[in-house]
Amino acid sequence: MRRRTDVLTTLFFFIIVVSLFPLGVGTEKETLRILGPGVVWVAALLASMLALERLFAADYDDGTLEQMLLTAQPPALLVLAKVTAHWLLTGLPLVFIAPLIGLQYQLPGEAQWIMMVSLLIGTPVLSLIGAIGAALTLGLRGGGILLSLLILPLYIPVLVYGAGAVTVSMIDLADTQPYLSLLGAFLLLALTLSPLATGAALRIALE
Amino acid sequence: MKINWFKYSSPATFYTLAGRLIPWFAAVAALLTLAGLYWGFFETPDRLGGSNPQKEYYRIIFLHVPAAWLSMWLYVVLAGWSAVGLVFNTRLSYMMAVATAPTGAIFTFIALWTGSFWGRTSWGTWWDWDPRLTSELILLFLYIGYMALHSAIDDVRRADRSSALLALVGLVCIPIIFWSINCPDPNQCAALHQRSSLDRIDPNILWAMLVTTLGLWAYSFAVVFARARGVILTREAEAQWVRDLIAAEAKA
Repeated sequence: MRRRTDVLTTLFFFIIVVSLFPLGVGTEKETLRILGPGVVWVAALLASMLALERLFAADYDDGTLEQMLLTAQPPALLVLAKVTAHWLLTGLPLVFIAPLIGLQYQLPGEAQWIMMVSLLIGTPVLSLIGAIGAALTLGLRGGGILLSLLILPLYIPVLVYGAGAVTVSMIDLADTQPYLSLLGAFLLLALTLSPLATGAALRIALE
Repeated sequence: MKINWFKYSSPATFYTLAGRLIPWFAAVAALLTLAGLYWGFFETPDRLGGSNPQKEYYRIIFLHVPAAWLSMWLYVVLAGWSAVGLVFNTRLSYMMAVATAPTGAIFTFIALWTGSFWGRTSWGTWWDWDPRLTSELILLFLYIGYMALHSAIDDVRRADRSSALLALVGLVCIPIIFWSINCPDPNQCAALHQRSSLDRIDPNILWAMLVTTLGLWAYSFAVVFARARGVILTREAEAQWVRDLIAAEAKA
C-alpha cells in the first residue's frame, strides 16, 4: 500500500464490477432492486480480496516482516495493525461510495443507510479473515488465485448476512437488527481469533 | 499389558503396522458395505408411509447418509491430526492428515451427488440453496482448499504446517453443517432438507444404514492407510529403512 494506485485500483474495480451487472442483466428498476444488495456485496468481497495479496508481500520480500516478527511485540498486534491499514484503504472507501452505487441500483433511502452500516461492520471481517489466507499463501507462485480458493468459502457468512440486511431493509426496517447483530458477532469473533491465526501462519511462512 | 503408542508415531513402524492392518479393514469394509446395501435394497419396505410417501427412491439413503456422516467425520479427523501435528510436531500426524483429505473430499462429493438424485425425485429439483446443501458444498470447498494449499507449497514442512492451520480455521464450519438441519423454527429458515429424524426412524432402515456406515468407515481406514504408506515412502525415500525395504522387495 505504498502507492496511490493501490487505493484507487481497488475502489474503481469495485465500481466497475458493480456497473457491469445492469448492462448484463437488464436495467429494469425491479430487477436492479433485487440484484443490488447481492451484487454490491459480492463486488466488495472481490475488491477486498484483490488487495489482500499485497498485504504482507512487500514486507516479506524486503525482509521487513522478519524484522518485525523478531521484535518483542506479539505478532497478533502487528497483524492487527496491518489489517487495520488494509481495511482503511480498501474497506472504508467502499462504505463511502456505497450510496452512489445505491443510486445506480435504485435502492430506497433506508436501504442505502443499511448498506453503509452493513459494509461498515462487514468489511473489517473480510480484511481479518483474508489476512489468514494472505499469510498462508505468502511468497507462493500463483498465490493470488490460491488465496481466493482458500478465503472465499470463509467469506460466505458475511455475504449472506450483509446482503440479507439490505434486502430485508426494503421490506421492513425493524427486521434488519438480527442481521446486523450477527455481522457484529462475526466481527468480534474474527477480531479475537484471526490475528492469532494470522500470526501463527506468518511464523510458519517465515521459519 | 501396556502398549507404547508412541512407538507407532515413527513412520517406519507405522508403515509395517498399516501394511498388516489394510487387508483386515478392506475385508471388513467389503463385507459390511455389501451386507448393508443388500439389507437396504432388498430387506426394507418398498415405500415409506406418511402424508407424502417416499417410494423406492428413498433407498438412496443407504449411501447418502453414510457418505454425509463420513464427510463431516473425516474433516474432524483431518483437523485432529493437524492439531496433533502442530502441537507435538510429529511428522506422521501430518502424513495422516494429508492422506485423509482426498477420501473426505470424495465422500462429500458422493453425499452431494446422491443427494442431488434424491432431490430430483423427491423435491423435483437437482439443487436448492438450502442451508444443509450449501454448507455441505462449503465443506467440499474446504477440502479442495486444503489439498490445493498443500500441493502449492514445495517445502514439505511449511506445506504441512500451513495447511494444518487452514484445516483448523475451517473447523468452524463443522458445527454449522451439523446443526443446519435442526433449525429451531422451520418457518424462520426455509429448509427443504428434512430435519434429522434418527429417533423416529424404522429400526430396520436405521440398522441397514449403520452397517453401511461402518463398512464405509472401514473403507476409509483401508484407503487412508494405503495412501499414508505411499506418502511415507515418498517422504522417507532417502532413509535407510526404505532403502532396505526396496532392496528386500527387489530380491523377492
